[in-house]
Amino acid sequence: MSDRKTLQIKQISAHPGPIPGLGVQRDLEVCKLVDTTTCIGCKACEVACVEWNDMPFAETTFDNTYQTMPETRWNFWNLIKFNEHQREDGTIQWLMRKDQCMHCADPGCLRACPADGAIVQYANGIVDFNQENCIGCEFCVSGCPYNIPKFNKETKKVYKCTLCSDRVGQGLEPACIKACPTGCLKFGSKEDMKMIAESRAAQLREHFGYENAGVYDPQSIGGTHVIYVLHDATQPELYGGLPKNPQIPWSYTVWKWLFKPVLGAFSMLGLVGVLLHYVTVGPRRPQPEPPKKED
Amino acid sequence: MEFSRRTFIKGTLVGGVGLSALGFDLAPVYAQTQSLKISRATETRSTCPYCSVSCGVIIYTLGDKAKNAIPQVVHVEGDPDHPINRGTLCPKGSSLQQDILNDRRLLKPQVRRPGSDHWQDISWEDAYNEIAQRVKKTRDDTFLERDSQGRTVNRCEGMAFTGGCTDTNEFNYLVVKTMRSLGVCYLENQARV
Amino acid sequence: MTNGWIDIKNTDMMLIMGGNPAENHPCGFKWPIEAKLHRNAKMIVVDPRLTRTAATADLFLQIRAGTDIAFLGGLINYAIQNSRLAHDYLLNYTNAAFIIKEGFKLPDDGLYSGFDPATKVYDKSSWNYEEGGDMTGKAAAATALTGAAPAQHQPHTSDTASGQGHQAGGPMGAKGTGGAVPPPMLPPKVAYDLSLQHPRCVFQLLKKQYERYTPEMVERITGIPKDQFLKAADLYTSVRKDGDMKKVSTIIYAVGWTQHSFGTQIIRTAAMLQLLLGNVGRAGGGVNALRGHSNIQGATDMAGVFDILPGYLKMPNPTDTDFAAYLKRITPTAAKPDPWDSFNYWSNTPKFATSFLKAMYGPAATKDNDWAFNYLPKIDRNYSWVNIWNDMYEGKIKGIFAFGMNGVMIGPDSQKNIDALKKADWLVVCEIYPDETSEFWRAPGITPEELKKINTTVYRLPGAGFAEKDGTFVNSARWLQWKNVALPPPGLAKVDQEILATIFLKVRELYRKEGGKFPDPILNAWFPYTDPKNPSLAELAKEINGKALADLTDPNPKTGLTLKAGQQLPGFAWLKDDGTTLAGNWLYCGSWTEAGAMIQRRGTDDPSGLGIYPNWAWSWPMNRRVMYNRASCDPSGKPWDPERRQIWWDESKQSWGGNDIPDFKADSAPKDHMGPFIMNPEGVGRLFVPLGAMADGPFPEYYEPIESPIANPLHPNQTNNPVVKKYKTDMDKYGTPDQGYNVVCTTYRLTEHYHYWTKNNPMNVELVPEPFIEVPFELADRMGLRGGEKVKVTSARSHYIAKAMVTRRIKPMKIDGKETFQIGIPIHWGFRGIAEDADKTAKTLANQLTPTVIDPNAFTPEFKGFLVKIEKA
Repeated sequence: MSDRKTLQIKQISAHPGPIPGLGVQRDLEVCKLVDTTTCIGCKACEVACVEWNDMPFAETTFDNTYQTMPETRWNFWNLIKFNEHQREDGTIQWLMRKDQCMHCADPGCLRACPADGAIVQYANGIVDFNQENCIGCEFCVSGCPYNIPKFNKETKKVYKCTLCSDRVGQGLEPACIKACPTGCLKFGSKEDMKMIAESRAAQLREHFGYENAGVYDPQSIGGTHVIYVLHDATQPELYGGLPKNPQIPWSYTVWKWLFKPVLGAFSMLGLVGVLLHYVTVGPRRPQPEPPKKED
Repeated sequence: MEFSRRTFIKGTLVGGVGLSALGFDLAPVYAQTQSLKISRATETRSTCPYCSVSCGVIIYTLGDKAKNAIPQVVHVEGDPDHPINRGTLCPKGSSLQQDILNDRRLLKPQVRRPGSDHWQDISWEDAYNEIAQRVKKTRDDTFLERDSQGRTVNRCEGMAFTGGCTDTNEFNYLVVKTMRSLGVCYLENQARV
Repeated sequence: MTNGWIDIKNTDMMLIMGGNPAENHPCGFKWPIEAKLHRNAKMIVVDPRLTRTAATADLFLQIRAGTDIAFLGGLINYAIQNSRLAHDYLLNYTNAAFIIKEGFKLPDDGLYSGFDPATKVYDKSSWNYEEGGDMTGKAAAATALTGAAPAQHQPHTSDTASGQGHQAGGPMGAKGTGGAVPPPMLPPKVAYDLSLQHPRCVFQLLKKQYERYTPEMVERITGIPKDQFLKAADLYTSVRKDGDMKKVSTIIYAVGWTQHSFGTQIIRTAAMLQLLLGNVGRAGGGVNALRGHSNIQGATDMAGVFDILPGYLKMPNPTDTDFAAYLKRITPTAAKPDPWDSFNYWSNTPKFATSFLKAMYGPAATKDNDWAFNYLPKIDRNYSWVNIWNDMYEGKIKGIFAFGMNGVMIGPDSQKNIDALKKADWLVVCEIYPDETSEFWRAPGITPEELKKINTTVYRLPGAGFAEKDGTFVNSARWLQWKNVALPPPGLAKVDQEILATIFLKVRELYRKEGGKFPDPILNAWFPYTDPKNPSLAELAKEINGKALADLTDPNPKTGLTLKAGQQLPGFAWLKDDGTTLAGNWLYCGSWTEAGAMIQRRGTDDPSGLGIYPNWAWSWPMNRRVMYNRASCDPSGKPWDPERRQIWWDESKQSWGGNDIPDFKADSAPKDHMGPFIMNPEGVGRLFVPLGAMADGPFPEYYEPIESPIANPLHPNQTNNPVVKKYKTDMDKYGTPDQGYNVVCTTYRLTEHYHYWTKNNPMNVELVPEPFIEVPFELADRMGLRGGEKVKVTSARSHYIAKAMVTRRIKPMKIDGKETFQIGIPIHWGFRGIAEDADKTAKTLANQLTPTVIDPNAFTPEFKGFLVKIEKA
């Protein structure tokens, strides 16, 4: 069955007790490497994500871009961001970056979450949402420096990329990784991915004239379990607004220090939240049927 | 849908949770049994029908090929053994599941009669018989045994055959055998355009 | 492809042009990326737009659609002027040293010698080699030139693979000859000058031809600034800097090159450049056609097109009064410098043709009836794609089958195709989705009154999707791969082979009962299948491979092998012309042998590391993965690059061997000087194509697209390809800049969609939900147009409406000094599909815009580089 090494829990939101199994298993930190210099923006990763996760159809409209939609949605977790960048010499560089949950080492969403068990971080680095425990407060949305978690108004829950924890738990790579035609997506240990990324950046500097090529693994949030190779690591903003120095809002950082002693009590609050949620929102309703298509 | 934190953690350890957009309503116990949606599906090695890279794909179908189970596709993924695509697929290959299981698929023979504004159903047998009669009539009406210079040409210029890009070699060979035997000259394929 | 997908990883330099593999072949594009990652290979992309392929390029040049010959001719000129040439390769493996007959004229005025303005056809008799011997050092008053020479595109790699073409008289060659005058032949002994100095040697003519393609001329025609062109030329030819032969470069193209009124000649120019640089036959090299669909390589091999029979045998024509006359016409004889050797593999044509007829007609094909040769139709005119619709429009074609082929969407000039179908008596469509062709009578603009007058009976038969049938696809790399059935067809749908076989057998039954015109081929078509109404594709595959009809011994006496009657043939060397073998397609002989189905193999071993994978599936011919691989070695049989060894001559064994299967006569010693291009009667690559193989010139010359914004700067009085014929119905209209059509338009696919299928597929629809038109920022600015606003594009044929994508990825160009804009239209939307059915599109078709004009060699329509005007809708 599932591989305990790959899905060992490391942290649980607002959880007072011990974490089962922690310290018993060897740590394997996984990492997704996105080489934007070999990304062709084909969106295979988008489709592989939608297909594997059985997402319902997402309505889109043409918006003067190849980009599927402006930002990720509760049912669209993986989005290539397209940017036309005009260089100083007037030539155009067409930048494509796969946007998704970064699986931060220090996850702002998890810090912000008041519901026991709604967000977990596995020892392998995957940050996963458990909608069963989500109270729909959307604190995670504001806690994320990358604007990733998205609220579904119908289910009153928040969703995001799981890094295919179901696949990873069975020893498979995430669906997007497997699909990627050019291999600009790679998956493995954080250590290996860092080395591959650094050597690719060096190659870009030495052989392809990209003086500022580098790796994006921001230390302001303890590093991420999704890292990028960029043609120009000094300007991550060019790639669909990738923050140079991502920060968790200070209120959530302070919150943790402030409330840690009374975490137990707060978890009660979480339960109240669940109750409140049920009373105010009511039970979940089934999803609407997709529109019927005629022959 | 009630569950304790304890069962949740257990579920996490055994099967992984937060499964998917579909998973939002699932109890952890269910999550365990659904740990991988393809774990008991039947695998069939095939080739992607789109471009000419001819990526190897694995089609996962419901059921274990037992006689009473009619297979249906549940997932399609790249074949990691294939030397060219090595498990990868493009955005079209990644959605092949929907090319197979699609509510727009044609399911029965139909005919549109002269002057009509709609399709009507027709049995296979009736369709075959009508088509055969039309083919014969067209051929007999337009077949040319000799040209104006008296040279043998044995050709039928009243009929055309156009073949598509996913017609297999074996089917295309059958096209040559049947259509050339009917004398068809206008024999073309996506390969031309 | 001469090479293969994986082989691209072995390259040092890539020119990607006329193709957009990142978008249209994403999974194949990993191999160019591998070359960049592991060899620091450089990638040059030349395209009308900055595509997603160009996004990963090291150098991108924006070219005006349709001007590729000018660019490639410029590269040839640059390579010659700067001595970036593979001298030994040129001399020994191409016809650079061959001397051309007196009377041959280069096209300074746009015309080669022999043009007849009345018929618009060339008399090609002067396009021939001079008969004679060694003229080295005998060149009278020859101008001194650098030493180097030529190249030629091989027939079976082109998109049309038009076959042998050794003698005058291609598919239409019989017209006018009446069988009375024998067509001119190549001389068996060709005069040659190994110093390459003779003014009429191919190299000198080539040099002269392309001297006119200066960087300035390239800029005027293509719109690529001179400095950028020179940068690309220097980079691409840098693999032959100082004559070093180790490095290798590849050219990758697709329908961006074929879909022109001179498409075949674009590809030839590329092949010539590759011969000049010594890149053909080598790992990481070659001329690589990326076919656009899963099995159009197979469909071409298997003669799904009018002018050939399986294995690129030519169709019979009326001058072939009997089988012997046919064989004489289509079987070439060797033509080469006397001391050299030529395998001339097409000399085996009689074996291939006889075995094919035995497969078609079985016991009914006998020596006495000329192997049923007269059962085949004889053709002497063009029956190609555009002619089908033209002739149906003119009322000549009464009925049409469309098996998975959406002719209305494909166009060109889709409205003409719709109007043609209105005139047909019957249409049989086999499809898996409702498509525009089966519902042409529901096309927008047809009124209820008009509908009542459309008398076409349409049968729409539900076919099987790819997962519901087995059988073989052939990919671009010539790999035949068998696929398996995963599930049954849905509903009442049936597999296509059952539908076709049943229709044919019903027709046969009618002829048996009622008689009719020449029923013999119908009654005698051989159906030896277990279930004739639904032949298994495995049985057909075995018949295609071929089998012995009598006990046979190996033609190579050294092996001592024998075959029993009924056994599968191990390869095409076993084929006979006496009726003792059958093979549906000689080229696939070896694909399903007594050892089993080679096409089902799944061996993942690659001992050489070159990506050959010899035990995965099967590649034609005879499992050779890189064609012409003899050319990967120097004349003495040693690999040009010891790091990338494909095959080599083993002196001790007196044979060729190595990591790949030699595409060569295995025991031909290097000293015999057999040419590596064994399918040419010369044995060498053709820089100059003699006689009838090309309709429009032995060298490629630059002509403007049929609709072009300028007169041809090379020869303004001969702007277009002189042998192109336009169609003449009232539907066939061609626009000019004077009429206001002054924007260059091109059409293409997006990576998110596949032709006209995935518009039925929600996951792809959400990626790109509706049609759009790519418009340069500067043009939009001038029009006051913003992204997302609707625009109307009009050509001389019709119009197309969609939202504008305003982009800086297409820039304004200076064409012959004149500011010129290009726009681009993805082709994927029609009037049936998820978006169409939800009324989210204007239901216009991109190919309503495209012109009815075809390449005179391959008959492919000019879908790219036509003229339009654009306005806000």
